Amino acid sequence: MLVVDDIRKSFPGAEAPVDVLRGVSLRLDRGETLALVGESGSGKSTLLHLVAGLDRVDAGRIAIDGADLAQMGDAGRARLRRSAVGLVFQQFNLIPSLKVADNIAFQARLAGRHDTAWTAELTERLGLTAHTAKYPEELSGGQQQRVAIGRTLAARPALVLADEPTGNLDSDTGARVLALMLDLVAETEAGLLMVTHSERVASAMGRRVTLEAGQAI
Amino acid sequence: MNRAALMALVSHWRRRPLQLLTLVLGLATATALWSGVQAINAEARDSYDAAAQTVAGAGAARLVARGGQGITREDFAVLRRAGWPVTPVIEGRIDTPAGPMRVTGIDPFTLGPGMLGGAESSEATEIAYDPAFLTPPGLILAAPETARALEGGTGEGTASSDATPDKVLREAEGPERAELPPVRAVAGLAPGTLVVDLSVAARLLGNAAPTALILTGPVPDLEDHADDDRGAIGGPIGGRNGEPVGGPGGDTLADLAPGLRLQTPQGNADISRLTDSFHLNLTAFGLLAFAVGLFIVRGAVGLAFEQRRGVFRTLRALGLPLRRLLVLLLAELLILAVFAGLLGVALGWLLASALLPDVAATLRGLYGAEVAGTLTLSPAWWLSGLGVAVAGTLLAAGASLWQVARLPVLAPAQPRAWAMAGVRGAWLQAAGALALLVLALGLGLWGRGLVAGFAMLGALMLGAALCLPLILRGALRLGARGARGPVAQWFWADTGQQVPGLSLALMALLLALAANIGVGTMVASFRLTFTGWLDQRLAAELYVSSTDPAEAGAMRDWLAPRTRAILPIVSTGVTLGGRPGELYGVADDATYRDNWPILTGLSDLWDQVAAGQGVVINEQLSRAQELAPGDTLPVAGEDWQVAGVYSDYGNPLPQVLMGMDAFATRYPDITPARFGLRLPPGDAPALADALRDRYGSGVEIVDQRALKAESLRIFERTFTVTGALNVLTLSVAGFAILTSLLTLAGMRLPQLAPVWALGLTRRRLAMLELGRAVMLAALTALAALPLGLALAYVLLAVINVEAFGWRLPMHLFPLDWLRLFALACLAGAVASLWPARRIATLPPGELLKVFASER
Amino acid sequence: MSVDRRLVLTGLLTLPVTARAQGFAGLGTGARGYAMPRPGPFDFPADHGPHPEFRIEWWYVTANLRDAAGRDCGVQWTLFRSALAPPGAGPEGPWAAQQAWMGHAAVTTPEVHLSAERLARGGTGQAGASVQPFGAWIDDWRLTGPTPDRVEMVARGDAFSYALTLAADGPVVPQGEGGYSVKSAAGQASRYYSQPFYRAEGQLRLGDAAVQQVSGTAWLDREWSSQPLAEDQSGWDWFSLNFDSGEKLMAFRLRGEGAPFVSATWIAADGTPTPYGGTALRIAPLREAAVAGRQVPVAWSLALPEKGVDIRVEAVNDAAWMTTAVAYWEGPMRISGSHGGRGYLEMTGYD
Repeated sequence: MLVVDDIRKSFPGAEAPVDVLRGVSLRLDRGETLALVGESGSGKSTLLHLVAGLDRVDAGRIAIDGADLAQMGDAGRARLRRSAVGLVFQQFNLIPSLKVADNIAFQARLAGRHDTAWTAELTERLGLTAHTAKYPEELSGGQQQRVAIGRTLAARPALVLADEPTGNLDSDTGARVLALMLDLVAETEAGLLMVTHSERVASAMGRRVTLEAGQAI
Repeated sequence: MNRAALMALVSHWRRRPLQLLTLVLGLATATALWSGVQAINAEARDSYDAAAQTVAGAGAARLVARGGQGITREDFAVLRRAGWPVTPVIEGRIDTPAGPMRVTGIDPFTLGPGMLGGAESSEATEIAYDPAFLTPPGLILAAPETARALEGGTGEGTASSDATPDKVLREAEGPERAELPPVRAVAGLAPGTLVVDLSVAARLLGNAAPTALILTGPVPDLEDHADDDRGAIGGPIGGRNGEPVGGPGGDTLADLAPGLRLQTPQGNADISRLTDSFHLNLTAFGLLAFAVGLFIVRGAVGLAFEQRRGVFRTLRALGLPLRRLLVLLLAELLILAVFAGLLGVALGWLLASALLPDVAATLRGLYGAEVAGTLTLSPAWWLSGLGVAVAGTLLAAGASLWQVARLPVLAPAQPRAWAMAGVRGAWLQAAGALALLVLALGLGLWGRGLVAGFAMLGALMLGAALCLPLILRGALRLGARGARGPVAQWFWADTGQQVPGLSLALMALLLALAANIGVGTMVASFRLTFTGWLDQRLAAELYVSSTDPAEAGAMRDWLAPRTRAILPIVSTGVTLGGRPGELYGVADDATYRDNWPILTGLSDLWDQVAAGQGVVINEQLSRAQELAPGDTLPVAGEDWQVAGVYSDYGNPLPQVLMGMDAFATRYPDITPARFGLRLPPGDAPALADALRDRYGSGVEIVDQRALKAESLRIFERTFTVTGALNVLTLSVAGFAILTSLLTLAGMRLPQLAPVWALGLTRRRLAMLELGRAVMLAALTALAALPLGLALAYVLLAVINVEAFGWRLPMHLFPLDWLRLFALACLAGAVASLWPARRIATLPPGELLKVFASER
Repeated sequence: MSVDRRLVLTGLLTLPVTARAQGFAGLGTGARGYAMPRPGPFDFPADHGPHPEFRIEWWYVTANLRDAAGRDCGVQWTLFRSALAPPGAGPEGPWAAQQAWMGHAAVTTPEVHLSAERLARGGTGQAGASVQPFGAWIDDWRLTGPTPDRVEMVARGDAFSYALTLAADGPVVPQGEGGYSVKSAAGQASRYYSQPFYRAEGQLRLGDAAVQQVSGTAWLDREWSSQPLAEDQSGWDWFSLNFDSGEKLMAFRLRGEGAPFVSATWIAADGTPTPYGGTALRIAPLREAAVAGRQVPVAWSLALPEKGVDIRVEAVNDAAWMTTAVAYWEGPMRISGSHGGRGYLEMTGYD
């Protein structure tokens, strides 16, 4: 489903361009979970952002369900983001102006496949039923991240991309949120690509790829 | 310590130049609009003051000959020797190669200082003392354009010729034309008027006698006796206190010059009150523009203070006393205020210079008031401009300073965005708005006087401005309820969240729009009313007046077969309700019945007037004396029934219309010398020419159509001024929105990035940002409509009545509203164009930073 | 006593236009078409009246007064006539301005100096002069009586007014050589006589204050001429002094490029005049004061050794500046030294 083939990416640096990714390749199929680990600055988040279509590769190829991201324009990648990909961030990145219920339903509605029953079930299972009328700022960190997970999965994306989703949570909360997330991803048969520092989180994944200095080892 | 602390505070501005620019420009534009309008007003008032003393100025009382014979040298000498401050004038018209011109013969000796040519009198006065002016062949003083026209013969091809003095007029065409003296151009004289020495005017006009003796100073007992038609004017010298020694006895006009009578300033000529109305508009505009600017300043100062909370806390933690911190902040503000104030005053001067020619043209043409076309700068004006800037800054920064004063040392350093004002703040604001609106209502119901009227205006505007965020939030909540689809839902919700951050700018826009609607409605209502009233009052096709009453009779006989009707116009000064006023005699004619602008009256009012049973009075008198039709009014010692009330814009004096027969019985000495002529409009020019041929300069002819056309043309120029101010205020408000959006742009990224990540393009987001600004502007415009109409109502029905004694009916101009609505949306769009474009072209990296977990 | 030189030079009408004075010097310097003053006896009473054949003429009264409390004050009443064109060459018509008239009036106390000005076109009757009954007037200012021996003098300004009765105790005194007063070495001259023997009595009012009764002496100067002063003469200092002894002294000093031209008349108590010229009289300023932005000498030393006169003449009020169209200094003086008394001083040309 996801094919990453020898991609390269550099950013302008203080003196010379910094090569963040130097020929990374990987594959991920539906129902598979993959941990992306490595030191800070090894290019994990950049890889994730490229896969999500938030940025463009300098070289190489990323394809989701056979569609080459490089061939897509801004609009095409935006369509990809709202229909095929789900994003969970470390900072939650909820929409502050929308209530919890609206945040959860947001992407599904964007993608045009809002399923009320599924959303309600998700909300229930994420333990957010009592909080649907609240604004994100009124929730704890764990609750906010559960809203973010709900938002992602409500749209039933083929590919879930998560960037340290438990990084901002204490370990107990983190463990619970992670377990819930893995359960739900498995149920929706999505592929999960998760950037993490944590050995514990990585070991919960099916496979792992370690990045070092912009290359997979 | 001061230095270090001040550096720490000021460094903020270096890092945020845009904020500094906002602050300075906001303050500067506010000061500029205010001081610009003030400069225009001051210049105009100076000119009026001078013009009021101008010889033959409409405002001066004059003595005119009672019977057929003119004013003699003996009349003049006797009055002067009895201490009467009179100066003779000879007025008439002559044909020149450049068309008919008004001739005013003056006596420079008794004219008094500053009486010639208004504000720029010194040059004219100087020349008038020149023997060349006084002795043959004399000298014509004329406004530069008139001088050019005279020298150019027909006024053509003179563009390149400068008005060098002493150019001898080319010989006039036509044998009957008197030879004209050399012409000298003098700035400040009324266009179309040739000012010459009395002796020269006498010669040019065929041995004419003075047409009037104009009072150049007060005759103290005038008012006590003004109602006595015999002109029983008491001792001219000295008042009750300080009677000069050796003054002549209190001789009355009847004792001194029985052939003369006093003519108080002519009502419909004295439109100076209307100019006040015009200036009131400008002042109201200036005030509102200043308020708009202050909202911007408040926004910028508030943000700067909020963002520096951490710095304040640190400085205090490092041992800077609170008092010192406040003094330093105050010093910083004052420096900024003075700088921006100077800039603003300079801009104001430019603004006034740019607008003054139009204002001058308006006032000159419409009201005959001469206003110098150039500005004179007084230090007082500069200082007051600066003072306004400083006061405005302090006003705008007061709340922020107060907050700093109460900031605990250990307050959280995290700057809580000022925009996200708490719920408590919102309620406080609502309470304040309510209090202000109640105050406005109370002032409207029970207030008396002009000050109360203006206070009411202020409370209304400010209260409404404070209401705006509540109204907007309500509207957006309604919008969100109807929203379908996630993007729409997000759009409404997110817009609601932007309101606090934009509210000051939107309030500024609200005020600007309301001012536009209010003042625009007032001016346009005024225009409509004025032109309608002109149509009614100037119903006759031609107005002729003869300088020689004896000739008037003959002229009337000559005219009788050539016109449909002749309406004689007679008048005299009387005391009405304790004030000097005017009494007119009117013929019983359909012209009056069909056209006279009656506001309210008995059904048979014209029958009553014709039968000598009742009188009609003007609105000013009706309001001042609280007289309604059916009431009784004493006029010249008799009680009269008020049969009706008519509108009489522009006349400061109470006025009464009486039937011609009744008038003639009571004032047999007054024979009509002015007539309104009814005839088919197409015949008017021919008859005017025939009259001129037959009676020459002895008759003055006013063509009603030309008069109206001229009035309207001038009115349009008024609109160029209000229009310019409209655009300026709107631009200022648009600028406020722009700067607010730019300031908010930094905070917007975390709000926009997730939406982008979830699948909206930057372009789409940018469009939504644009739409958001346009929608907020549109909602504000909708809110501004009722406020603007309320403002117009207050101006027309409260301020005007308090200030001038008449109420202008309010007309609505929905097309103007539509245009303004579109303008407001445009302002919102233009203001958000740049921020939106920035979003559309933002590198993804900027947005990605929001998500970066590896920070 | 006399009047500002520029006035004489340029005619009344150019007065308000000091900057233009030079521009019209052509009109001012010429006397063509006008009568010229000649030596000879006066023709009274006709000479009390106007002389329209001459270009310029004035009626000039100054009075040294005291109020009931004994404080010094002074009043001035002046009427100037100036022809705009020589007789017969002027404009015609009832309002033609052949003559121009100008009145100046002032009141001076130790504390205040107030002045006023009136202008009039000739020929209307607004201003003029007559022989029988005697009169000179402009507006409601007047100097009128049956004869010059007994006249009423009335004038007012914005903040003052006065009405005095002047009664002559002595004869009219010709100045110069039998009334022919030479004004320069080049021979410019005028006809000039004085009535220095007036007793003055009447009322004076300043501002809103109560009317004061005042009394003292007054001095009338009558002068007419068609000739200007010499080109280089820039101003003058003109004294009219009443000594306690009953004797009087008229003296003027015309300042020019060279040595000042000095002329004086000693008037005995019975009115007998003795003219002095050249070096007989010494005049020198002693003290200057800042007045209206310029330095003006307000204390003087005068010496006429032949009559034993060696006096100091000092202003009652230094600030006696006439804020008329053409400004000059005119104020009451106190005399000390060999003789005591009071007088008036006029100074022009201190620009």
